[in-house]
Amino acid sequence: MYEPSLGEQFDSWERQSDTLRFGMWLFLASELLLFSGFFVLYAGYRAEYGPDFVQALHSNTLAYGTANMYVLLTSSFTVALAVWEIRRGASRRAALWLGVSALLGVGFLGIKAAEYAVHIREGALPGPYYHFHEAATLGGNRFYTLYWVTTGAHAIHVTGGIAVLLWTALHALRGRYTPRDHARFENATLYWHFVDVMWIFIWPIFYLA
Amino acid sequence: MTLPAFKQPTAEAYDQAAEPMPSYLLAQTGFSSWLNTRDHKRIGVMFYVAVLVSLMLGGVFALLFRLELLTPSRTIMDAVTYNRLFTWHGIVMVWLFLIPSIPNIFGNFILPIQIGARDLAFPKLNLASFYVYLLGAAIVLTGLMLGGTDTGWTFYTPYSESTPTTLFPVVFGVFVLGISSIFTGLNFIATVHMLRAQGLHWNRLPLFVWSIYATSIILVLATPVLGLSVILVGIDHVFHLGLFDPNVGGDPVLFQHLFWFYSHPAVYIMILPAMGVISEIVPSFAHRSPASYNAIALSSLGIAFIGFLTWGHHMFVAGISTLDAGIFGILSMFVAIFSAVKVFTWTATLYQGEIVFSTPLLYFFGFLFLFIFGGMTGVAVATQSLDVHWHDTYFVVAHFHFVMVGGSVTSFLAAAHYWFPKMFGRMYSERVGLLSATAVFIGFVLTFLPQFLLGNAGMPRRYYSYPPEYQWLHVLATGGAFLLGGSVILALGNLLVSLRYGPPAGRNPWDSRSFEWLTESPPPAHNFEQPPQLDRGAYDYQLTDEEAYVRTFPR
Repeated sequence: MYEPSLGEQFDSWERQSDTLRFGMWLFLASELLLFSGFFVLYAGYRAEYGPDFVQALHSNTLAYGTANMYVLLTSSFTVALAVWEIRRGASRRAALWLGVSALLGVGFLGIKAAEYAVHIREGALPGPYYHFHEAATLGGNRFYTLYWVTTGAHAIHVTGGIAVLLWTALHALRGRYTPRDHARFENATLYWHFVDVMWIFIWPIFYLA
Repeated sequence: MTLPAFKQPTAEAYDQAAEPMPSYLLAQTGFSSWLNTRDHKRIGVMFYVAVLVSLMLGGVFALLFRLELLTPSRTIMDAVTYNRLFTWHGIVMVWLFLIPSIPNIFGNFILPIQIGARDLAFPKLNLASFYVYLLGAAIVLTGLMLGGTDTGWTFYTPYSESTPTTLFPVVFGVFVLGISSIFTGLNFIATVHMLRAQGLHWNRLPLFVWSIYATSIILVLATPVLGLSVILVGIDHVFHLGLFDPNVGGDPVLFQHLFWFYSHPAVYIMILPAMGVISEIVPSFAHRSPASYNAIALSSLGIAFIGFLTWGHHMFVAGISTLDAGIFGILSMFVAIFSAVKVFTWTATLYQGEIVFSTPLLYFFGFLFLFIFGGMTGVAVATQSLDVHWHDTYFVVAHFHFVMVGGSVTSFLAAAHYWFPKMFGRMYSERVGLLSATAVFIGFVLTFLPQFLLGNAGMPRRYYSYPPEYQWLHVLATGGAFLLGGSVILALGNLLVSLRYGPPAGRNPWDSRSFEWLTESPPPAHNFEQPPQLDRGAYDYQLTDEEAYVRTFPR
C-alpha cells in the first residue's frame, strides 16, 4: 500500500498542496510564453503578407480544425469531472474520466494526422517542399510553414499531456490521491486544460479569419 | 539498481535532537549520496564544480583567440579556427557559466537558508535541474567541438541557417539548458512564496533573495522564447524551412526580435544576482543597514520588468524605424536609473559604517568602478546616434564585458569568498584573497579598457585581422587577459587550498546580521537545528547582539 508522505520542507499538507499548484501555474506561465513565440511569428508574417495569409487560410480545411476544437473542449470537460470525483475521494471514477480524456486526446491526434495526410497529398508542406496550388504565393508558403511548426509543437504537447493523464490515472487507480492530498492530480488536469486553451488560440488564426 | 531511499528527519526531530547535527557534508557519505541527493546545499556544490569547469573552458578559449589577436594577421591559428573559438567562448560563457553561476550555486545554497527554509520547494526538481544542465552542457560541448560551430553566440540568421558547420546539436543543447534554467527559476519563486520562516514578511526578505526572485521571474518567462527561437533556427538549418531565410520570404530581423526578447533580459539574469551578492556584502562589512532597503529591493524588480521592454536596442541598425529605436533607447536608459539607485544606495550604506576591509569588500570596490563604467557606456550605446558609430565594434564588446565580467564575474568571486566560510566551514587566506582581488581588477581593466579605444577607432568585433596601428591596443588587451586568467586561478586556488587547510570559520565570521549566519558553518542537512522565528530584519545592525538573537530564536 502506498503511503503518501509530506515533504520534509513543508509544515502542513495544505502548504504542500498550495506549493504544488503554485509551481504548476508558474510552469504554465513559462509554457504560455513558449507559445507566445509562435503567435509573435504569426503576427509578424501576417503583417508582412496579409492578403496571402487570408487566401492560404481559406484553403485550409475548417472542418478538421473545428472538429478538433470540439474534441479538446469535451476532453477538458471530462478532466474537470475527474477532478470533481477525486475531490470526493472516488479514485476509480476519477481514473476512468482521465482515461476518457486521454482517449479524446488520441482522437484529436488521429484527426490531426488525417488532416496532415491531406496537406501532404496537396503539397501544403513547409518551406522548400511547398507546392500547394491553391495558395501558390510566398505568403502561402510562410503560412503553411508556421502552420506545421505551430500545430506540430502543439501536437507534441498533446502527446505529452496524454502521457501525463495516463500516468496520473494509473496512480489514481493505486489509490495515491486522497481528498486531502491530490494536488499532483489537479496539476495533471491543469496541464491538459492549458493544452486545450492553446488550441482555442491556434484554431482561429489558422482556420477562421 | 535502486538505491535505498533516504529517510528525511521531521521538524520534530530537530527540536528533540540534543547533540549538534552533523553538517550537510558529513550527514551522508559516499559518491551515490551526492548523486542522489535532494539537499539544496549539495546540489549547489555540484553546480559549483560544473560551473567552474565551464568557466575554465570558456576562459581557455578566450586566451587562445586573444593570443591570435597579438599580431595583425596570422599568429597561431587560421581564420576558421578563430571564428570557432570566439563562438565557443561566447556560448560556453553565456549559457554554461554566467546564467547558471550565481543563481544555481549561491542561490541554491544560500537562498533557502536565508529564508529559514529546510529545503527548496521542489527538491527533486532541483536535482533534475542539475542533471538537465549536465545533459545540455554535454550536448552543447559535443556539438561545438565535433561540429565546429562558428556563428557567434547569437546565432544570427541568415548565416546561421547556411553555415557549413554543425548547428542543431548546439542550439538543441541550449534549449535543454533552458529547461534547467526554468526548473531552477520556478523552484526559487515557489520557495520564496511558500517556505519563508515564521515572521519573515516580504519587507524583511534579504536583498539577495529579492534579486534572485527577480532573476527567477526572467528565467521562467523569457527562457521559453529563447528556447523556441534557437530551436527554430536549428530546424531551419537542418530542413531549410526558411523560417528566417529571406530567400523563401522569411524575415531574419524577426529572429533578432525573438532572440533578444530573451537574450536581453538574460543580461539581467547575469547581473541581478550579482547585485544581490553586493547588497549582502556591503551591509555585512559596513555593519550598517542598507541606506534604503526598499530602494534596492524595488529597483531589482524594476530592472526585471523594464528588462523585458528593451530588446530593440540591439537592433538599431537592423532596419527598425527611428521611432522604435528612440523608444527602445529611452526604455533602456531606465535600467541605468534603477542601477544608479542601487549604486548610490550601496555607497551611502558605507557612509559612517564600521567598515571591515576584507576580500569581498575589495571585490565590491572593483565592481563599483567597473559596473559604473559599463553602465555609463551602456547609456551611451542606448543612444541611437552614438550606437550607429559603435555598433558591432569593440566598443560594444568592451561595454558588455565591463558589465558581464566586471560586474558579474567580480561579484561571483566576491560571493565565492563571502560565503566560503558558510559553505565549507573554513576561512581562506585573506592575504592571498586581497592580492587576487587586486590582480583581477588590474587584469580586467588592462583587457577591456583598450577595447573601448579600439572600438571607438573603428575596429569591428569578431575580425581576424586588423590594420597594424591597432596592434598596441590588442597587445595590451591580450596581456591583460592572461593577467585576468591567472588572477582568477589564484583566487580560486586560494579557496581550494583553504578547503583543506583553512582554519575553522565558526558560525558568523563576518559578524553579519543576515539569516544564513545564524546556523552552523557548514550547515546541518536541513539547515537549522531549530527553525528560526524572526522578529527582525536581515540588516538590523542597530540592535545589540543579545536583542538580535532573542528576536531570532525566541525562548
